[in-house]
Amino acid sequence: MKTELPSLSAAEQALDRRSFLRLSALAGGGFAVGYSYFGAATSAFAADAASATVFSPSNYLRVGADGRVTIYSARPEIGQGIKTSLPMIIAEEMDLNWKDVRIVNSSIDPDTSTPAPQPAGTPPAGPGGFAGPGGAGGRGGGGRGGPQLPNLDGPTPQMAGGSTSTPSSFTQLRQIGAAARAVLVEAAAQTWGVPVTELMTENSAVVHKASNRRAPYASLVAKAATLPVPANNELTFKDPKDFKLLGTRVSGVENPDIVTGKPLFGIDQKIPGMAYAVFEKNPVYGGGGVTSANVDEIKKLPGVKNAFIVTAQGGVPAGVAIVADSTWAAFSARAKLKAAFDEGANGSVSWAGLVEQAKAAGARSSEGDGDAFAGAAKTIEASYTFPYISHAPLEPQNCLADVKGDRAEIWAPTQNAPDALSKVAAATGLPNRAIKVHVTRSGGGFGRRLNNDFAGQAALISKLAGMPVKLQWSREDDLKYDVFRPAGFGFLKGGLDANGKLLTWRHHRVSVTGGGAGQDNFPQGFGVNALNPSTTIPSPIPTYAWRAPNSCSGAWVTQSFLDELAQASGRDPLEFKLDLLANAPAAAPAGGAGPAGFPGGGGRGGGGTNPQTYAQRMIPIVKLAAEKIGWGRKLPRGQGLGIAFYSCHQGFVAEAAEVTVTRDGKLTVNKVVAACDVGHTIVNLSGAENQGQGAIVDGLSTMWFPSLNFEKGRLVEDNFDSYPLLFMPDAPKSIEVHFVKSANNPTGLGEPTLPPVAPAVCNAIFAATGIRVREFPLTRTSLKWS
Amino acid sequence: MNYSLNVNGRSRTVDVTPETPMLWVLRDHLDLVGTKFGCGAGICGACTIHVDGESARACQLTVAEVGTKKITTIEGLSANGDHPLQKAWCDVDVAQCGYCQSGQIMTAAALLAKKPQPTDADIDEKMADNLCRCGTYTRIRAAIHQAAKK
Repeated sequence: MKTELPSLSAAEQALDRRSFLRLSALAGGGFAVGYSYFGAATSAFAADAASATVFSPSNYLRVGADGRVTIYSARPEIGQGIKTSLPMIIAEEMDLNWKDVRIVNSSIDPDTSTPAPQPAGTPPAGPGGFAGPGGAGGRGGGGRGGPQLPNLDGPTPQMAGGSTSTPSSFTQLRQIGAAARAVLVEAAAQTWGVPVTELMTENSAVVHKASNRRAPYASLVAKAATLPVPANNELTFKDPKDFKLLGTRVSGVENPDIVTGKPLFGIDQKIPGMAYAVFEKNPVYGGGGVTSANVDEIKKLPGVKNAFIVTAQGGVPAGVAIVADSTWAAFSARAKLKAAFDEGANGSVSWAGLVEQAKAAGARSSEGDGDAFAGAAKTIEASYTFPYISHAPLEPQNCLADVKGDRAEIWAPTQNAPDALSKVAAATGLPNRAIKVHVTRSGGGFGRRLNNDFAGQAALISKLAGMPVKLQWSREDDLKYDVFRPAGFGFLKGGLDANGKLLTWRHHRVSVTGGGAGQDNFPQGFGVNALNPSTTIPSPIPTYAWRAPNSCSGAWVTQSFLDELAQASGRDPLEFKLDLLANAPAAAPAGGAGPAGFPGGGGRGGGGTNPQTYAQRMIPIVKLAAEKIGWGRKLPRGQGLGIAFYSCHQGFVAEAAEVTVTRDGKLTVNKVVAACDVGHTIVNLSGAENQGQGAIVDGLSTMWFPSLNFEKGRLVEDNFDSYPLLFMPDAPKSIEVHFVKSANNPTGLGEPTLPPVAPAVCNAIFAATGIRVREFPLTRTSLKWS
Repeated sequence: MNYSLNVNGRSRTVDVTPETPMLWVLRDHLDLVGTKFGCGAGICGACTIHVDGESARACQLTVAEVGTKKITTIEGLSANGDHPLQKAWCDVDVAQCGYCQSGQIMTAAALLAKKPQPTDADIDEKMADNLCRCGTYTRIRAAIHQAAKK
């Protein structure tokens, strides 16, 4: 029944070398099991070295004297269901009754954790090493610094990004659960005088079947707390086929609070004596300071406590802060604010100008082709365009900050607590150890809350105003001061032989502002000569990770153009793509890795996945998606099926869509099916399906309606009327999410389920109408047919 | 100015300016934070409440306009969080981030009060102005149908 633990992921191996499982008896009875880390040994603070074995705020559990188990969930909950799914892994391994489990968020707390700041350029110290190196332009930079992003491949327990929470925690959580179970079983063995091998566990109890004895965990806690925790290599684990909780549908642990309006979110936090703040910043990206502001008039308005000009400092941009006794008083006063800013050099930047530059770069796409297409019997070319888009989480950025003297405390809806900590440190000049970060539930993340600029601003305003403040961004602020999904252009050319086989593929990606190319994915490595030139058009418009970075746009470009090539070759698109997948080399290249970076997607894709493995995992799900949508059905004109697949963030997903387009061009997406290979275990089936369904809606929404435009260095759109997203009437009536289990370690779903939907739907639109969508938002293309 | 309001069956007095939106009266002055701020422009529906039983946008409704009308918020929808929609929302596990869901439930409750057995088309029409950024629409539909059966 018990088996060896599957191999650790690379991230977990790194963790394993620096950490050990530890059991601590608790005052008042009970015990705690978790990891201690050696990270503090490298701390710049001597005092941290002395406390090197305190628990870091990673996932860990406490078993109370009454047997009740509290699981501390360190990963921020942003809607990905992590506060439910990660504790399920511990509960499964420990054979806990799920209803006996209590789950609480852990904070970054100088009293209980050991943040270990490090010089730039060194690797993060893992849990406890909160100050991951600032490679992303983090602290202290003027203007809007990028987030201080922890190394996504390392164990970074208080960050949720890159769909890493599940893969980097799965085995570690099983170890914690197995260790707690082991000491409870040992306690029963000693109490009863029977060997451990005769004991089993179920429903929060140890059972000795031979003597028909049963001891609830509660009765064993006192003894268990005195026992040594087994070393990692002495632990035994459940065989995944014996899982009782994992793979079932478990309703989110905070659902009862959500549906009754409890104060879960950052915006809901209050403390005594707090005021409400707003912050007016330069409307021009990369602009300078405040040149004038009527702060004296503003101070006289009803409810206003203070108003002042903030100069750029500590990573916080220049602006005007208004502090009032209510949100509405602050908003109302801001409406009367007359502030002027130094626009700097960017006051003439426009979207139209950027498009012009991109098209000029696209016109030179063939310069690198050489004679690559010389042997092709047929070539086709197409260009694709996608705009900047916003994360637009429904909870606008906000942060409650209380900075007094030598200490700061913040309550933040963040998906990256270490970055929030570093932003507050930079803004206030306080050392990390003087800052406490309470991580609240977040009203959506999508990558936006990896960057905690709002936390630095709140802390600075609190410090300058001399009182606790909740900084509240308006929806307009949230759009304007987002760090956007980069816009981009794809200039593609494909060469086919006389039999319609793809010989040569060129994908010239032109990005504005930056962002990776998303080119290093299928069909590169599948017997195709792939050319992947890229050009970056510089722009002051700030960008950062948006759900499935690069893949979210790259999948659409590549999987649409493959469909175009299939049409050009006279082949069925599914057969065409399956034939290409079958072109994987017979054996993995020496060293186990395919062509450099392949097949990644988002730079964090299946690192090390070679084309052979890619094909092995992809072909079954492509076939399943095709089967579930009823591929090959004859449909009347105006209805069509499309299919697409992509791998990113270590997940493999194929999606197929059925659409109807009326003669006057109205699109209905009737049905989308997803087939996913995300490893051998689905942790929470309900949450997993929900992530897939939501990502499909998000992908549809993003391709269909919104775009961001810029004029005079400023954002044109300002709220959900000019930046429209998908509402219920346009959501597919049916979204199926299917899972195919493979031998691989489980991975996350929030991101890999998004990229394939846009190309699947656009390919279906082509099948229905003969119209190829090559520009987003989709509303720019007429779908009228006759 | 002092306003005497009827909120969730209780009389509540607040001292605010007349143009203050009910959204902020509820959140900042009455500690009823289940009503959410999403857009401040009446577009997203996160702030949906009931005014005399009809769904309304709290960000577009000033305290002066409310007068003595009966206000119901998510906190007052049921005594113990056991409205059929609240139960169905948990059973179906609708929420992802959960931020929009109080507004979704309040809109759906107004629908069920008028149409106890809504069709998909009824649901789409009534729910058409409530944004779910996480994309839980298929589960919202399912949860409304489930609650309607009770």
